Amino acid sequence: MVSRNEFVETLVSLIKKAETELGDDVIQLLREAERREDGHAKMIIQSLLRNAEIAKEKRVPLCQDTGIPVIFVDIGRDAELNFDIYDASREAVKIATEVVPLRPNSVHPLTRENAGNIPVVHCRIVEGDELRLAVMPKGAGSENVSKQMMLLPGDSDRIKDFVVQVVKEAGGKPCPPVFVGVGIGGTFDESALIAKRALLRDARKMNEFELEILREINSLGIGPMGLGGKTTALSVLVEVECCHTASLPLAVNIQCWANRKAFAVVG
Amino acid sequence: MRVFRLEFEKLDDISDTVRELEAGDVVYLTGRIVTARDRAHMRIVEALKNSQEKDQILKDLIPEILSCPIYHCGPLVKKDEEGLKVISAGPTTSARMNRYAEILQIIPNPVIIGKGGMSEEVMKYLSGRGAYLAFPGGAGALAAEKIEKVEKVYWEDLGMAEAVYVLRVRDFGPCVVGMDSKGRSLYNFSVGAQ
Repeated sequence: MVSRNEFVETLVSLIKKAETELGDDVIQLLREAERREDGHAKMIIQSLLRNAEIAKEKRVPLCQDTGIPVIFVDIGRDAELNFDIYDASREAVKIATEVVPLRPNSVHPLTRENAGNIPVVHCRIVEGDELRLAVMPKGAGSENVSKQMMLLPGDSDRIKDFVVQVVKEAGGKPCPPVFVGVGIGGTFDESALIAKRALLRDARKMNEFELEILREINSLGIGPMGLGGKTTALSVLVEVECCHTASLPLAVNIQCWANRKAFAVVG
Repeated sequence: MRVFRLEFEKLDDISDTVRELEAGDVVYLTGRIVTARDRAHMRIVEALKNSQEKDQILKDLIPEILSCPIYHCGPLVKKDEEGLKVISAGPTTSARMNRYAEILQIIPNPVIIGKGGMSEEVMKYLSGRGAYLAFPGGAGALAAEKIEKVEKVYWEDLGMAEAVYVLRVRDFGPCVVGMDSKGRSLYNFSVGAQ
């Protein structure tokens, strides 16, 4: 039996962890980039690593855009819950806003009236009796340059070009070097969700197709913060799902260099 | 890589050096900077509409816009017994402010600090007058360490992210000169608005 209290407490500490501490995969990829670069590109990556050190030491958010909290809950089909996951998530985010702290980023889309912080929650039913939680604070810089396209079945050999084009148009705006989540297939909405879920993976583990896209992106020379350099992207992560015979949905979810994520299991 | 440590109370104090800066130089600033992002820019442009006395209006609204570097930033701040403390304050995407470039016409020697670069129109207003400095995006904790205090806040009604903060800074940087007064840019494309 998972209690609401345990869920809320775990979520608050996950949000704090994601906001203040970079994952091992991100640190390793940044260190490799630092060795690879020279001049101001090298200096910028050094500043990003130094920023990560300060944030971890002082337990303060790495970036002032603490993002929209995106929460993934995998619910074991044998888990016992007696509370509303969405309500408990909103409560955890409210507490986190005070204690981490978070910048109040949520507004009504039309009136722009501030609503504090309202999470986006994705639930899935999986095997087991636990709740597996993942938190991904997602800032606007990277979200704003992400794209979804409904390609046609004959376009599969142009997928790589489309992905590279998204990164090229984004330029320095999403705080490169970026992580690129790609969703191929599903439906219009599902392609975007799997592109985002791809970003939860260990970014060091890429297959040949992913590495190929990464090489092409880096040949653009956009570099750290778009100021020129060898490292425009640190990783490309692709997820594939079956789609309609007449469609080829493609989503590219860009993630900034900070690639904030944290994981926990409850119950 | 040339490194400049600029100390100033107002933009006039460093305008000669700013005009000498070249894209790729690295700058550290000690003095006062003023944050402004989307809503503040909107409000300023609205106030300047249909008016001839533009620089007097700016002086009456937020004089620091005329005399301090503008930092595209919505900081994360906390109120404690001593006042406002800056927790994290990296730059926001400058391209969203491209549409308010006309404000730069009124500032005699504009210095903009942000990330991602700005448009050809902005480059025009920097020509012979100012520079665009890029602070590493996402380095909010690093930026907060360089901020000594919040001297003033305007327009708190806009909310934490969108209010205007006058910040006293020491060795604020490393800022890379992304666009200089001679039309050179490290951004190898025109950075249009989203």
